[in-house]
Formats: sequence, C-alpha cells, structure tokens
Amino acid sequence: MTTPADLVCKDLTKDFDDFRAVDQVSFEVPQGSFFSILGPSGCGKTTLLRMIAGFQFPTSGDLLIKGKSMIDVGPSKRPVSMVFQHLALFPMMNIGKNVGFGLRQRGVPASEIKTRVGRVLERVGLPGIEDRQVDQLSGGQKQRVAIARCMVLEPDVLLLDEPLGALDLKLREHMKIELKSLQAEFNTTFVYITHDQSEALVMSDNIAVMNKGRFDQIGTAKELYYEPANAFVAGFVGDANKFSGKVMGIDGQRVTVTTNGGAELSAQAMHGTPSIGADAQIFVRPEAIALSKTAPTDNPNTIPRIVDSVLFNGANSMVLLREPQSGETLQVTLPQTGDLLGLGKGDTVFADWDPAQARCFATEGT
Amino acid sequence: MIPTIPQTNVLKWSYRAYVTLFFIYLALPLTVVCVFAFNDSVFPSLPWEGFTMAWFFGTEAPFIGVFNERSIMRAIGTSAFVAMWVAGLAVFVGTCNAFLFVRHDFRGKGFLYILMLLPLIIPGVILGISILVFASSVANTLEDATNMWFDGLRPGLLLVILGQFSFITTFATLVISARLQKFDPSLEEAALNLGASKWGAVRQVTLPFLFPAIMGAGVVAVLMSFENFNTTLMLVGSDSPLTITMFDKLKHGSTPVLNAVSLLLMIISAALGLLALLFQRSKE
Amino acid sequence: MTDKSKLGFYLLLMPLMLWLITLIVLPHIGLFMVSISEKIGVREYETGLGNYAVFFNEPLYWRTFARTAFMSIFTTILTLVLGFPVAYYIAKLTRGRTKTTLFLMCLIPFWVSELVRTFGWMILLRETGVLSNFLQYTGVIGGPVEFLYNDGAIMVGLVYTSILFMIVPLVTTLDSLDDSLIEAGYDLGGTGYSIMREIVIPHAMPGIVSGCIVVFMLSLGNYLTPILLGGKDSLWFTGLIYTQFITRFNWELGSAFGFLLLALSSTIVFLGLKLSRQSLTETMGR
Repeated sequence: MTTPADLVCKDLTKDFDDFRAVDQVSFEVPQGSFFSILGPSGCGKTTLLRMIAGFQFPTSGDLLIKGKSMIDVGPSKRPVSMVFQHLALFPMMNIGKNVGFGLRQRGVPASEIKTRVGRVLERVGLPGIEDRQVDQLSGGQKQRVAIARCMVLEPDVLLLDEPLGALDLKLREHMKIELKSLQAEFNTTFVYITHDQSEALVMSDNIAVMNKGRFDQIGTAKELYYEPANAFVAGFVGDANKFSGKVMGIDGQRVTVTTNGGAELSAQAMHGTPSIGADAQIFVRPEAIALSKTAPTDNPNTIPRIVDSVLFNGANSMVLLREPQSGETLQVTLPQTGDLLGLGKGDTVFADWDPAQARCFATEGT
Repeated sequence: MIPTIPQTNVLKWSYRAYVTLFFIYLALPLTVVCVFAFNDSVFPSLPWEGFTMAWFFGTEAPFIGVFNERSIMRAIGTSAFVAMWVAGLAVFVGTCNAFLFVRHDFRGKGFLYILMLLPLIIPGVILGISILVFASSVANTLEDATNMWFDGLRPGLLLVILGQFSFITTFATLVISARLQKFDPSLEEAALNLGASKWGAVRQVTLPFLFPAIMGAGVVAVLMSFENFNTTLMLVGSDSPLTITMFDKLKHGSTPVLNAVSLLLMIISAALGLLALLFQRSKE
Repeated sequence: MTDKSKLGFYLLLMPLMLWLITLIVLPHIGLFMVSISEKIGVREYETGLGNYAVFFNEPLYWRTFARTAFMSIFTTILTLVLGFPVAYYIAKLTRGRTKTTLFLMCLIPFWVSELVRTFGWMILLRETGVLSNFLQYTGVIGGPVEFLYNDGAIMVGLVYTSILFMIVPLVTTLDSLDDSLIEAGYDLGGTGYSIMREIVIPHAMPGIVSGCIVVFMLSLGNYLTPILLGGKDSLWFTGLIYTQFITRFNWELGSAFGFLLLALSSTIVFLGLKLSRQSLTETMGR
C-alpha cells in the first residue's frame, strides 16, 4: 500500500466491570474507503466506535489516525467526526448554526464560516437551508445535514453509528445509495457500524463482521457472502438454510453429514476439515438451490420434498419445503418461470445443490 | 365513566353540576376580593356604596390608595428584593443539583436525594423556627467569641431569604432535573466531537436546552417567595415583606385598600404565571 | 473518572451540601438540642425532657395538638373525596382545549397568595359578609348570621387552600390511565363501581398518596387560615409555636412544640408511604 492507512487499530480491548466488550480487535482502514463493522446488537461495535471517537478509553491496545496515536487525545481534539445514531442535531440552533458549530469552536472568522457552511450544504444537495429549523426537515434531509455538519470540518475519518436505523424502509433503501455517493463525492474515509447486513453489503468496500467483541472476518462483501470464515458469518451475512448433524464421511474438502433429522447431505468444508463423528453445521444459500419436478440424476443432495407454503414476493419469491421424514424445512428462491410457476402447497419437488456451493463448519464449542 | 361508555343523562348532568359548583367555589373568594377593591366604602363588605378607584389612587384619609400608602409600597419593594435573591440562588443551586443527580453516580446519592426532598414535607413554620434557632445560636457563639455584633444572623431579611431559599430550591431542582433528564446526552457528545470543550458543550448546547426550565423555575420561585407566609413569619425583622404587612393590617381590621393590593398581586401573579406558561410552551 | 471530572463533581456537590447542611440538617439538630434544654437561670441551661413534660401535663397543649392532627386528617379526607371527582372529570371526560383550561383554572388559587384567599373567605363569611346578606335577601335567614370564627369556616378555608395539591397529582396519574383499560373492564362485564375499585383507584394510588401527604402537611403546618377564620378558642398548634417563640420568647418550649409537630407530620407521611407501599422518591420526585 502506498498511502498509509487512515485508521489503524492494534489489539484494541475494552473491559467493563464484568465483561469484555471489545476483545483485541485489529484492523486498518485505507484512505478514502468505506469500511463497515457489521454485528448483532450487543456485539461491542458501538463501544468500538465510541473508542475511536474518544468517548471511551480502551483498556489496552493502540489507535492511530493518520499514523498518530490517539490514546491521549480528547474527543474534541481528534480529527474524526461522528454522525450519531439519532443524528444529535442541536434543536436550539438553526441549520446554519448547526453546521457552523465545529468551525465556531475552532475560532474560524464568521464570514468564512458562512461561505464554508454554504458550500458544504450545496455539496450534500441542500443549498440555502441555513435559516431553517431542525424540525422543519425530513428524515433524509436531517441525515444529510448531520453529514454536512461533520464534513465541513474536513475530518480524516467520518464515523457513522447506525444513522439509518430511525428511517422507514423505503427511505433507508434510498439513503444507502445516497451515502455511498456522498462518500465518493467527499473521498473521505467512512467507518460505518450497523446490524443490518444489507446496508453493509451494499455500501462497503470492506466489512468486518463482529461477534462477542471480536472480529470474525474482514473482507469484501463478496468474500463474506461466498467464503464465510466460520459458522457465525455464514449464518449472519445473507440468508442461509442451516442444518446440524454429524460428519459421516470425508473426501478431500467434500464432507458428508447426516443431519439430526436423518437426511444425508454433502458440502464443502472451509478452513480445515472436521473429523469423522464430529458435530458440524451445513449452510446453503436459498438461491444456490435448484428446484425441479423430476428427479435429477446422481446428485448427492437430491431429496424429494413437499411444498409447505409459497411466499410470493415478486422477483424475491420463496418457497418453504419440508422433508417428509425428518421434518426439516428448507427455504428456496422460487424462480417465477417455467413449470415451477404453478407450484402449490402439498406438491412434491426435488431440491438439489452443488456441494461446492454449500458450506460445512465444525460446530463451535464441542 | 369515559365518553365512549354511555351514561344516563341524570348522572351526566349531576356530575357536570358538581364540577361547575366546584369551580364556583374556587373562583368565589378571589372574585369578591377583586370586586370589593372598587367599593366606595371604608369596609370591604356589603352594602355596595358605588364604584371608586380611590383605593388605588386616593390621597385623602380615609381613602388612601395603594399607590400612596407608604408602608405597602415599601413592603412590595422588600418582597421584590427578597424574591429576586431567592429566585437567583434557588435556580443556581437547583441547576447544580440537577447536573449532580442526573449526570453523576456516587455513593450516598439515594440518601442525598431523599434529604433534598425533605423540605417538601417539613412544615414551613418548623423550617422557620429551626433556622431562627440555629442562626441565633451561631450568632451568640460568634458574639461571645469575638465581642462583635452579628446582626445579619438575627431575624431580618437575610434570614428570610435563607429560609425561603431552603425549600424553594427543592422545587427548582425538581423542575430543572426533569428537563435535564429529557436531554439526549449524544447532543453534548456531538458538540465535543465537533471540537467544543467540555464547558463549551455545556454552555452552548445543554444550558440553552435547559433555559425554558431554568426560567420557569425562576418564575415559580419568585411567586413562591412573594406568597410565602409561614416561614417568613418566623424570620422577619423590622423590614417586613408584603404578606406580613398585609397580615398585620388585616389583624387590625381591614379597609378595601387590602383588596386593592390583593388585586394588584393577582395581576402580577397572572402575568408571571403566563410568562412561566410561555416558557413551558417553548419547550415543545 | 479523570481528575478534571472529579473536580467538576465536587464543584457540583458543594452547593448541595452547603444548602442541606447549613439550612436543613444543622438547624433541625439545633432545634432538637434547644428543645431538650431547660432554663434554670439567666443564660444557664441543663439537659432534660422538661419541655416535653410541660406539653403532656398541660391539657391545653396536647388537646390543641390532637385537635390539629384530627382536623388535618379530616381535611385530607375531605379534600380527597371532593377533589377526586373533579380530577377524574378533567382527566377522563374532557379533551384538548377544555381540559387545559379546566386544569389551569384549578391552578389559579396557587398563583394567589394564601393571605388573599383567606381574606376572600373573610369577606364572604363575616356577619356583614356576602353570604349572610345573600341568605337574608333570599329570605332563608331573618337577620345577619356570623359564619366566620368557627371550625366549619376553618375547614372551608383549609380545603380551599389545599385542594389543588390534591387535584394536580390526581389529574396527572389519571391522565396516564389508558381509556382502553376502562373499556376492557366494561367489555369483561365490570360495573362502574368494580372498575373504579379494581382499575382506576389502584392506578391512581401514587397520585392519591402524594396528594394526601402534601395536603396533610399543608394543613398541619397552616397558620393563617385557622388564625384568621377560626374563633378565639379554635386553637391551632402552629399558633402555640408562634406564641412561645415570638410573644413569650420561650424558645425552649417552642422548640419542643416544633419538634412534636415535625415528628407527627413525619410519622403520618411515613405511615402513608408504608401502607400504600410507595417510596418518597417516587411520590414526591415525580
């Protein structure tokens, strides 16, 4: 890498009285990239972000921004800005005063503040709204003002704490694209935390999946989706059908598992093969499963299944299948084409998938 | 019971009649006080002798109006002086207390909070005599030790101010705390994040947010101080505030000039009340 | 905590401690100390319970004490009974503008000095007053009647002075009761009475308790109303305290009286909270 990374965390750890919120997290975010931290609530991602912003002090480890350690720097002196979960726009100030707040703290002359505020509001697509009050704006506009308030300070790193959480679904979809284009426009490093995997997948250059205070995997959206490092990532990123069972046979990377319900399935092992007899989990993406009304020849995963229900949702339609013996259910993307169009409850279909597209992990903690 | 549940008409109307009667009961004494301020008679009672403004502006005995009655005007001045000090002190200490109780966790917090609430359940007379006794014993000790006079600790305006302050602060603390509790701490963090100092964030973001509550508490404190009787009675010296002056006059038989003062008081209170209400409004 | 925020913490703690210690804690300890000292000569005192003995041996004193307590309890009950329907009406049967207006009208007496309110009742109730004249005019009574200077007049005044402190917390708690709970009660076959008893009153309990405590306290510690509206022999305990302190200059006995009054009000407040299983912080701190 030619340019040094904007943000570097080295073995960052945060202990609270009775538990460890962040456990030896290390990562680098290169200049101008969009980095997401994805994890369920309570995984420690907010604590991590607040440590970067300076609102919490790490127990151990180091934190560098543009190569300089930030450990002894107070929150008001760090070259990072933060977009808060509920945006934290000051209700007692108008938009111009809000956006100019940071510049006023730095003692920038009033005339310069005015031009810079005007310019940044223009860049986020809201020119001339300086005199409006916060509550006169829509949710999406508030979002952009919150970003403008940070960007006017030209921070090295912009932190975003689930800023889309409070928006309704439609606006959220729209803001995903908008945020990504704003990031490209400002060419600033964004660190974005969310529990919503689709937000992370759509916007990010790199994503870290966080679980129980640790980073399970860092990679691009594609890597996380197609090559998950462990069972948690496989289950958390994207939809997947999950089967638990025991390993019965191993052939290179190909593993055969008998599920608890008695079905025999094959999958590709990732990161080391489990031993025979060990507990294992198999993950299969709904879109990796092919459906047919006639039995395909010699595919190891083919089992006849009964349609439990059809969940029609246009192009995203799904079908729930039940395996008659074990009762295990399977969620499959339902193509709205051909003879599958008329599929109804109670029909029997054959579902099969290429073992190379299913993932097998040894069950953790056994 | 509630509008969506049908009731018999008799019940409905007798309920309404009761509530109406209640509000008449509420308004009656205040109305007569106001009306008799304009009675052209030396007693605030029937019969009605005709309308006059003499009890406000009169200059000749016995019709000396409020504005020309030296003792009453001086008492109003004293009351205003006391009220300003009480309100200022109570709001300052109340704001500090609000920050302490809302923002900090420390050992003995629960105990101190209960102690802070106690002035609400101590009768005003007791509050008055306890401060009187304590201040006097401090004064005695100091005078014995130094051979100097400590008149400030004898009944007088300083003790009146301290006595009123001692319980009005609790109200101020409760009002300001309630507002501070609604404050989203991330606003202050945002200010820090944008480069403000700790005190700068409080001054530019938190205090403006608290302003309506601080003003509201101030207005209520002024009113409570103006109206206070029980605590003041025990601590008053030669300069008496308005309520005490009026009480003395009332004991020696009343003239409608008291009605006129009362009416003025009501107008001032109503104005202050509206002011407080406006501040409450601007909260939303 | 960093050193800087520790400093801030102590700066905030200082005014609170200064206020509570010098104006609340020490004065009450001082009051107690004075109450257990007996004067045996010029500026000579000795510790003993003599002042309390005086109280129990003089029927005038303890009778006044008991009378004050009972009348205050009676005022509290009366205020609750009279105020509850009004509070319920405001909270549940009115909406929007009307509700705000009625609620603010309840607050009016608070904005007016107690002295003015009492003065109003004097004008109404005295022999030459409005009520007497009105009743003569309508022919109910033949000649002027004195309605002032009796216990009834005291009750009217006390209830008037304190009823808003009952109504305000009641309206607040009743307001927070969801109408659908009452509807559900009816839907499940409840009657007006059973819904009151099992849904409305339990829900309003915190408001009832805090209202009762404040009203009781205000009545017990009231001085103006009993003195101005009561007759020559309708004594009130605060009046005795005033006499000892200001007229007789017997601070030792006065302090003992004060302490007894404080003990009574604290006991009743404590019992009220215990019986209704409320805490002071929740009830008063709202």
